[in-house]
Amino acid sequence: MKQEMNDPGVKYIEEFRDKEMVLNLSGRIRDSVTGEYSFMEVCGGHTAAIHRFGIPSLLPPAIRLVSGPGCPVCVTGVDYIDKAVAYSRLDNIIICTFGDLMKVPGTGSSLEKERAGGADVRLVLSCLDALEIAEYNPGKTVIFLAIGFETTAPGSAVTILRAREKGIRNFRVLAAHKVMPPAMKALVTGESKLDGFICPGHVAAITGSMAFEFLPGDFGLACVVTGFEPTDILLSVLMLVKQVNSGKPAVEIEYSRAVTRLGNSIAQERLSRVFEPCDAAWRGLGMIPGSGLRLRRDFEEFDAEITFPLDIALREENRSCICGRILKGLNTPVDCKLFGKSCTPESPAGACMVSAEGACNVYYRYPE
Amino acid sequence: MCLSVPALVLRIEGDMAEVSVGGAVFRAGLQMVENVVVGDYILLHTGFAIQKLDERDAIETLELLKELNEAGNE
Amino acid sequence: MKEIIAMNHGAGFGMTHELIKSVFARTFAMEEPMTDSAILENEGRKLAFTTDSYVVDPVFFPGGDIGKLSICGTVNDLAVSGAVPKYISASFIIEEGFSKDDLFTIVCSMADEARKARVRIVTGDTKVVEKGKCDKIFISTSGVGILEDRNSGISFGKEVVPGDVLIINGPVGNHAIAVLGARNNLKFSTPVVSDCASLNRLTKHVLENCSGIHFMRDLTRGGLAVVLNELATMTGLGILVDESSVPVDSPVRGLCEILGFDPLYLANEGKILFVVHSEESDKVVEIMRNEPEGREAAVVGRVVGGNESRVILSTKIGGRRILDVPSGIQLPRIC
Repeated sequence: MKQEMNDPGVKYIEEFRDKEMVLNLSGRIRDSVTGEYSFMEVCGGHTAAIHRFGIPSLLPPAIRLVSGPGCPVCVTGVDYIDKAVAYSRLDNIIICTFGDLMKVPGTGSSLEKERAGGADVRLVLSCLDALEIAEYNPGKTVIFLAIGFETTAPGSAVTILRAREKGIRNFRVLAAHKVMPPAMKALVTGESKLDGFICPGHVAAITGSMAFEFLPGDFGLACVVTGFEPTDILLSVLMLVKQVNSGKPAVEIEYSRAVTRLGNSIAQERLSRVFEPCDAAWRGLGMIPGSGLRLRRDFEEFDAEITFPLDIALREENRSCICGRILKGLNTPVDCKLFGKSCTPESPAGACMVSAEGACNVYYRYPE
Repeated sequence: MCLSVPALVLRIEGDMAEVSVGGAVFRAGLQMVENVVVGDYILLHTGFAIQKLDERDAIETLELLKELNEAGNE
Repeated sequence: MKEIIAMNHGAGFGMTHELIKSVFARTFAMEEPMTDSAILENEGRKLAFTTDSYVVDPVFFPGGDIGKLSICGTVNDLAVSGAVPKYISASFIIEEGFSKDDLFTIVCSMADEARKARVRIVTGDTKVVEKGKCDKIFISTSGVGILEDRNSGISFGKEVVPGDVLIINGPVGNHAIAVLGARNNLKFSTPVVSDCASLNRLTKHVLENCSGIHFMRDLTRGGLAVVLNELATMTGLGILVDESSVPVDSPVRGLCEILGFDPLYLANEGKILFVVHSEESDKVVEIMRNEPEGREAAVVGRVVGGNESRVILSTKIGGRRILDVPSGIQLPRIC
């Protein structure tokens, strides 16, 4: 490894992808394993990194990595897409969305299809860009599709505060932000075969690692807050294995360059000023109390659903869909009656097939 | 829920910055971080700096990895 | 619900192939396999004939414009078939109100590029449509090239065997990123320049000096990943790609990290995949590196045996995964 202590040129990416280091960590993990282990990650970024770098091929078979509900698109209900589609059909509305939502199928259509049909649906990289579009289009109303977990929600909060400050009146959000810890609790209550969690590093950058302390505390589960480079992930797996072996579960921070125990207090303050917890439905997991974020009454003027009330019902999940059990790591995609038959990436029945990182979607494309 | 990337701060104007990821330049809101100066690295997510990256911690982690590496080669 | 044509039908792979198969190829009784250029025989002489349309937005981008693109694209389609490009036709559909100066700039780019590529633009057509009926300017070019017998099998890949080496002539993703950056609606800027270039001189030198060139294809929409999958399907063989050998420029990498793109799927306009007999591969790389369009030529993988026609990627850190065909155009993700 070529990094000097006083070299100011740390770039934060390449150094953590060193092949030799990775192989070495892989060997150490193999040497530390004394039984079977099941670790869940709950972050689309981790699912993607694990897949992209081919990490399972570097781990011994005794270690099972389970993909949990870490993809905000996957766990957002069909009714959300239906609402977005309905809004896109109204006059003088500009829908601003992250790329992730464009192709997700709703009950009859998708945002991509609506755009093909002439609706004004625009891709943005930031909520601030959506606000700017509102500023430049005073005759129309911008509706920003606010999805994402604790990493993304503070951005919506900051933007709403800015909108108020600048007196921008044609900006709305359709809020569907969710928070992780209640979902993780739901996953481990009751049946669970998990030994620990690869905790989401960027959620933790906001919330602080303290948000996960209930997992070892109340449930005896090993936790490591993990970064997104291959060395981060492998180092975390090693740390998890050691925690399980020692019988002393805790929340350790592997991703110390971005995460502290207390997190980003400014982001937390902005978030709680604009949003408050509420119950939310997670596709595949059902209603989880306190797991969603809604706009506080004080900020209702930014709520798209209040300005433009819609009558779109929560659709019931297909009863044969076992996404909930797959998300909990209790079943694999092949156990599902619908998998590969009525449920495919082109016509997904449940959350796990919706996005490219969903467990069923990955399994469908790489059946091995 | 995490496509966040380390980015180098090039310019700051008020509460917005221009940041670079390998030469590609993006805008980043600095509303959630304090004491950021040109030359710092921040974690960029959906157009906001959500954290300042700590160089010492990065180096520490790299050093730990290096030790494990060397110990493994013995 | 009435079936409509969607953006993904124009992606260049996946749904595009399905559309071509089900609507065009069938109705026009076109023969499989479909290659970049049609190989035709007339009185003992073989010709390569190709056509392409250019609708790039924006019309001017770092490294070129729609005019330069239209010549390079058609020249390259002929070149990768092993042909010597000779004659080009150019048809224009212009939106009412388009700047005449801009038109002149574009046409000069085409003339320049044709001169560089040693092809002649010999015929064409011009149409003007009302404002709003087309996006500024669309160009369609067709090209004819002469094909020697010994090179006529290259686009079909019939001689590709396990052990063959995969070579590309330089870094990938530059065109896609340059164009995306120039669109300016995603709020970022980049020093990346399109790699748009005519590659017939490069292919000529390689073909003249080396035997064992088993296959060539240009990496356009869908990038290296799509071409590798097409190769695997066409030959029924497996492909192994080494991710760390694929050259990618630093700003392209940075943008891909942020937007969640994979550079292996990004469009190029000056890159060719060569599949070469292992004994000739060093020579081919050397010849390429002596050409301006091949300075960063690199071996990126090889054809392997086995009975699974799949593309396997050996990742930067030594892991392995399958490199499949994407379902559509990549969209920037946050997650």
